[in-house]
Amino acid sequence: MPVTALPEGRRSWQRRTPRGQIAVWFGWLLAVAFTVFCWRVMTQGTIWAFVLDAPTQAADIGARMVPPRWSYFPSLLKPLWDTLNIATLGTLAAIVLSVPVAFLAARNTTPSAAFVRPLALFGIVASRSINSIIWALLLVAILGPGVLAGIVAIALRSIGFIGKLLYEAIEEIDEAQVEAIRATGASGAQTLAYGIVPQIMPAFAGISVFRWDINIRESTVLGLVGAGGIGLNLESSLNTLAWPQVTLILLLILATVVASEWVSAKVRHAII
Amino acid sequence: MLTIAGLSKRYAKGDKALEDVSLSIPAGQVVGLIGPSGAGKSTLIRCVNRLVEPTSGSIRLGDTEITGLGGTGLRRARRRMGMIFQEYALVERLTVMENVLSGRLGYVGFWRAFLRRFPQADIDRAFAVLDRVGLLDHVDKRADQLSGGQRQRVGIARALVQEPDILLVDEPTASLDPKTSRQIMRLIVEVCAERQLAAIVNIHDVALAQMFVQRIIGLKAGRIVFDGPPDALDTAALTAIYGEEDWSRTIREAEDDAVEEAAAQDAARLVRAQATPAAVARAL
Repeated sequence: MPVTALPEGRRSWQRRTPRGQIAVWFGWLLAVAFTVFCWRVMTQGTIWAFVLDAPTQAADIGARMVPPRWSYFPSLLKPLWDTLNIATLGTLAAIVLSVPVAFLAARNTTPSAAFVRPLALFGIVASRSINSIIWALLLVAILGPGVLAGIVAIALRSIGFIGKLLYEAIEEIDEAQVEAIRATGASGAQTLAYGIVPQIMPAFAGISVFRWDINIRESTVLGLVGAGGIGLNLESSLNTLAWPQVTLILLLILATVVASEWVSAKVRHAII
Repeated sequence: MLTIAGLSKRYAKGDKALEDVSLSIPAGQVVGLIGPSGAGKSTLIRCVNRLVEPTSGSIRLGDTEITGLGGTGLRRARRRMGMIFQEYALVERLTVMENVLSGRLGYVGFWRAFLRRFPQADIDRAFAVLDRVGLLDHVDKRADQLSGGQRQRVGIARALVQEPDILLVDEPTASLDPKTSRQIMRLIVEVCAERQLAAIVNIHDVALAQMFVQRIIGLKAGRIVFDGPPDALDTAALTAIYGEEDWSRTIREAEDDAVEEAAAQDAARLVRAQATPAAVARAL
């Protein structure tokens, strides 16, 4: 008991019991020991000569990377356009597919909590557990290299993301509004359209734009595995050690991401 | 005309919410339903429109037995019952007009409702009830931009536009200040008189109930323990409903309030009559 009796009838209070205090100290001890152990594992396979050499190497590559090869810019416009298309079309496809999944997965809208809901949740987890680049690897093998594989990879990864956030938003709605609509004699579909949809619209728009923003970034690297876009150029430039081209590509990706971030912030601000 | 006979409700956990409740409400009568928290007031009115499934008993609205209905039959029965809620339960992100028109959902198909293309007759009805509750200036505002009293007026308009036979009113004033509470209660009682609507009003404020309703039903632990005119609600009756407490002030306050309110209205009328700029200048 943290409360103990003192003489003269007063009582003392401490945050933890003595036993709890020891448990907390022991927890800290374990954390420190684990950190030391991890450090050992990490440094065992390190060749220290390379690490000590790192500043020179970095300076060397840095020197080769500047100035960027600006003349390469025109031939990057088409791949950049492909990248934007992969992100946008992939996000659109994911939105169309994930909305019904979210309604099937949300506890308060699912037609069957025992059968359909676990199925929908499994679909969401399966989609989320595999990274876009792995989806792209599989799809390049199935569909062949190109933009289509990239679009499908982005869509498959995004279904889980949008589906999960959207079904959580559906579960958090104010049920009183739904009850009020049902009490007017509205049908199930009308109750959905009037009682639920207006409540989740801000979350839906915010999630979609956020995912589009993430997908712009993800689609820039899909080309590394052959799924189209600016990543293809990045890969070939890296393979040929064309460092000035790599610099230009990285700058272009940075500019694109900043622009997409600005757009998504504007859209979210306009909706809420 | 609403007739409830032998209505019982037991929740899954075994709590008895209602026990053999029987009552009958003729058209045009406003009934105040009072009782302590957990007495089953909300359950009772939610059983009437089947937002809560009754365990046993019968509920008849006119010639329709409500308890056995399903699907389309239930929708048709619900559109004859307007419901007004404690926290207004408006769809916050829709406009006042959309909220009022949602009262017509029982009458229109899905696509008309989804595309907001309601029949002109429904739009006429919506403007008429908005005019009645005094919100014609706020038609295009979003519900979350309104004050509490205005929101509850939208709630009343949504119920009225259904052209119901009965109003089910769940704590209409619990979130409102005393003055607005009275205005809302007065509005509910007036529209019931105009349209010959029966109404069940759940209400915590005994004095407010006595001021406005024609009949009071007291619930305790799911049973009716009082049913009579407001004047008959004396210390003994309140003790039977809520338990032992000094009730003398509650009842007397009700009378005082009525006198005060009349005086306040007189004063307001006087102020309005005199509040010309010249009068204000003279007063200063």
